[in-house]
Amino acid sequence: MKLVLPTDGNTLDSRICASFGRSPYFCFYDTVDRQSTFIRNTAADSEGGAGIKAAQILVDHQVEALLTLRCGENAAQVLTAANSKIYKALDTSLTDNIAAFEQGALLPLTHFHAGFHGHA
Amino acid sequence: MKQLLILSGKGGTGKTTVASAFIKLSHAKAFADCDVDAPNLHLVTSGLSTATCTDYMGMQKAVVDTGLCIGCDRCRKHCRFTAIQNHVEHYEVNPYDCEGCGVCVAVCPVGAVSLQPAKAGVLKLFCTADTVFSTAQLEMGSGTSGKLVTEVKKQMVNQSAGKAPLAIIDGSPGIGCPVIASLNQVDLVLIVAEPSVSGISDMRRILEAADRFQVPTAVCINKYDTDMRHSDEIENLCLETGVAFTGRIPFDPAAVRAINCGKSIVDVDCPAGDAVRNVYGNTLRLLEERSGR
Amino acid sequence: MPRTNTTIAVLSGKGGTGKTLLSVNLACVAPSSIYVDCDVEEPNGGLFFKPEAITVFPVSVKIPVVDEKLCNGCHTCVDFCRFNALALVGQKLLVFNEVCHACGGCTLICPQNAITEQERIIGRVEMGISGNVKVLSGIMEVGESSGVPIIRKLLADPATPELTLIDCPPGSACLVMESIRKADFCLLVAEPTLFGVHNLAMVYDLVRKFHKPYAVVLNKCLAEDNPAETFCQEHAIRVLGKIPFDYELGFMHSNASIAARESQKYRVLFSSILEAVLREMDR
Repeated sequence: MKLVLPTDGNTLDSRICASFGRSPYFCFYDTVDRQSTFIRNTAADSEGGAGIKAAQILVDHQVEALLTLRCGENAAQVLTAANSKIYKALDTSLTDNIAAFEQGALLPLTHFHAGFHGHA
Repeated sequence: MKQLLILSGKGGTGKTTVASAFIKLSHAKAFADCDVDAPNLHLVTSGLSTATCTDYMGMQKAVVDTGLCIGCDRCRKHCRFTAIQNHVEHYEVNPYDCEGCGVCVAVCPVGAVSLQPAKAGVLKLFCTADTVFSTAQLEMGSGTSGKLVTEVKKQMVNQSAGKAPLAIIDGSPGIGCPVIASLNQVDLVLIVAEPSVSGISDMRRILEAADRFQVPTAVCINKYDTDMRHSDEIENLCLETGVAFTGRIPFDPAAVRAINCGKSIVDVDCPAGDAVRNVYGNTLRLLEERSGR
Repeated sequence: MPRTNTTIAVLSGKGGTGKTLLSVNLACVAPSSIYVDCDVEEPNGGLFFKPEAITVFPVSVKIPVVDEKLCNGCHTCVDFCRFNALALVGQKLLVFNEVCHACGGCTLICPQNAITEQERIIGRVEMGISGNVKVLSGIMEVGESSGVPIIRKLLADPATPELTLIDCPPGSACLVMESIRKADFCLLVAEPTLFGVHNLAMVYDLVRKFHKPYAVVLNKCLAEDNPAETFCQEHAIRVLGKIPFDYELGFMHSNASIAARESQKYRVLFSSILEAVLREMDR
C-alpha cells in the first residue's frame, strides 16, 4: 500500500509535520517493498489553497493513505474523491507512525478543519 | 504552545490595550501583532531591540513590457479586476488592483505580459534572550493581508521553538482575511466587546466568524460603565448562546494615560488594571479547560 | 456654478475613532445627501439611519462550473490557477468556491471549452431612505474573505451632483483603497491617543500616495495636549473641526442616535464642520 506522511525532514527518523498543506516535505512509503521516497512539498509556497494543491500532488502520485495530524476540509474532499484514506497520525517520528499503521493502531481522521480561505 | 487570540469585530474596542496587559501578566515569551494593516502593539511594548526585517512578497503582479506590446487590448478586456489601463499608447498594470491571476499573461498573443515578484509588506521580528515578538506592516493599499498574518504567526512559532507555553496574539478588526488567517491553530479567542449598538452588532458577526472556524470563544467587555444597559445585553447574549464571559473592564482615564505613555494598563495602579487582571485570570482558566491540544 | 466635486471619504486608519459618527452626522446636516457604508465587514451606518423603503441588491462573483462530459482530465486549468482553487481527480474537476478569485482564467484556458461560469453571492447592497439622506450599505457574508466586489458595487453608480459621504473601513489596505478610489476629498478622523496618531500617519501616507486632497477632523478632544493636533501642526495638515470628548455625544452614539438630529448643539457643530469641509474643497 502506498502511504504518505507530511514531515519536517527527509529521513524516516524525521518528525511528522503539524501542518499538512504547508509541510516542507512529503514522505511516500510503500508497505510492500518498504521503500521510502521524499519530495519537497511545492504547495507550501502557495499564496493560498495550499491544502488543495498538496492534496492534488498526492492524488497525482496515486497515494492510497495519508497519515497526518490534521487536515483541512478542502484537502479532505480532494483525497476522498480519489478514494484515498486519511488517518490520524501520532505526534512522533515517521518510523513510529508507519509501525503503528501497519499494526492497525491508527484511527481514521474524522475531524477536518474549515478551509482558511486561501490565507493560511 | 497554546495560542490566545484577541479579536473584537468593531475597531477601537481595546484589543491592543487588553493584549498588552495579558502579555505583561502572563510574562508571555511569545506574542504577535496580527493587525498587519495597522499594527499598534509595538507602541506599548517596552524593551524592544532592533527588529530583524524581512520583505514580504505577496501575490506576484503583472507587468507589461511596452517594447513588446502591440496594443491589441486583449489584456485590458479580459482583466476582471480592471487593473490594466491604456495610457496614451502604452498599457500599464495598476499593482494595487492586480490580483496576480495570470489571465493577461495567458491572453497576450506576443508574451508582453509577465508576472513579477511584488513586495507587499515587511515582517518584523524582535528577539531577546527569552522572548519573541513577531509583527509586520502591510504596504498600504495591499491585499493578501491574510498570508502576511500567517507569516507573522509562523515566525513567532518558529522562533520560540517550544520555549513558550503560551502565545498572546493581538488581532485585527473586522471579519475578513486577516482575521480568518489569525484564527488558524488558535486555542481560544477572546473578543473584546464594546457596549454600544454598533459594538454589539459587530460582536455578533465576529462570534459567527469564530464559530464557523470552530474556535472556542470567550467575551469580555471594555469600557463597560459607559453604557450599563448594553453591557448587560452583551452578558445576557453570552449566557443565551453559551459563550463564556470572562469579565468587565471600566472606562478609565488613568488607563488611557498609561497607553499614551507607551505602557500597559497593568504597569500603573488603576481600576482598569485591576479589572483586566480579573479578566485575565478567568480567560486563562478557560484556556486550560477548553484547549483541545 | 453647480459643484462637481461632491464625494467625501471619511477614514481614520484606527478603528473606533469616529468615522461613522462624522460621516452619518455630516450626511444629516446637508440639505440632501447620500451616505455610503463601505465598511462591509462590520457595517454600522444603517443602525443609526434605520432607513426605510429598503431595496436589496445581491453582490455576486463568477465561479467556474465544469461540464464533466466535455472534461478530458488534461490538468490545464489546475496548472493555470494561481489560487489553487481547482483539483482534478481522474476526470472529475473539483472547484473550491471560497478560494476562487473569480478571475475567469480557467474558463478561458480550457482547451475543451468544458468550463462555464455561474454567479455566487458573497454579500449585498441595501439602499433605503432616512429623511434627507439616501442610505447605501454594503454587507459582506460572514466567512467570505474579500469585500472588494461589494465596495465596487456600492460605488459603481456614475458621479452624482448630490453630496456623498463615504464611511470607510478601518485600516489602510485594499478595502480602504477601494473606498477612496472615487473620492474627491478625504477627511481623516483622528483621536488624541498614541494608537490614533500612529494610524493617522498611515492614512495620511495613503491619501497622499493616491493624490487625494485631504484634511483632518479631531475627535474626542479633551482639554489636554492633543498628540493628533501636534501631528497635524508638524505636517501642516489643515484641521477643519474639533469634536469634543463628551458623555452626551458618546451616549447618543452608543445608542445609535444621530446627534445632529437629536440636538441643536450638535446640529450646529456638524454643520460648521461641513461648511469648513466644503470651503476647503473649493480652495
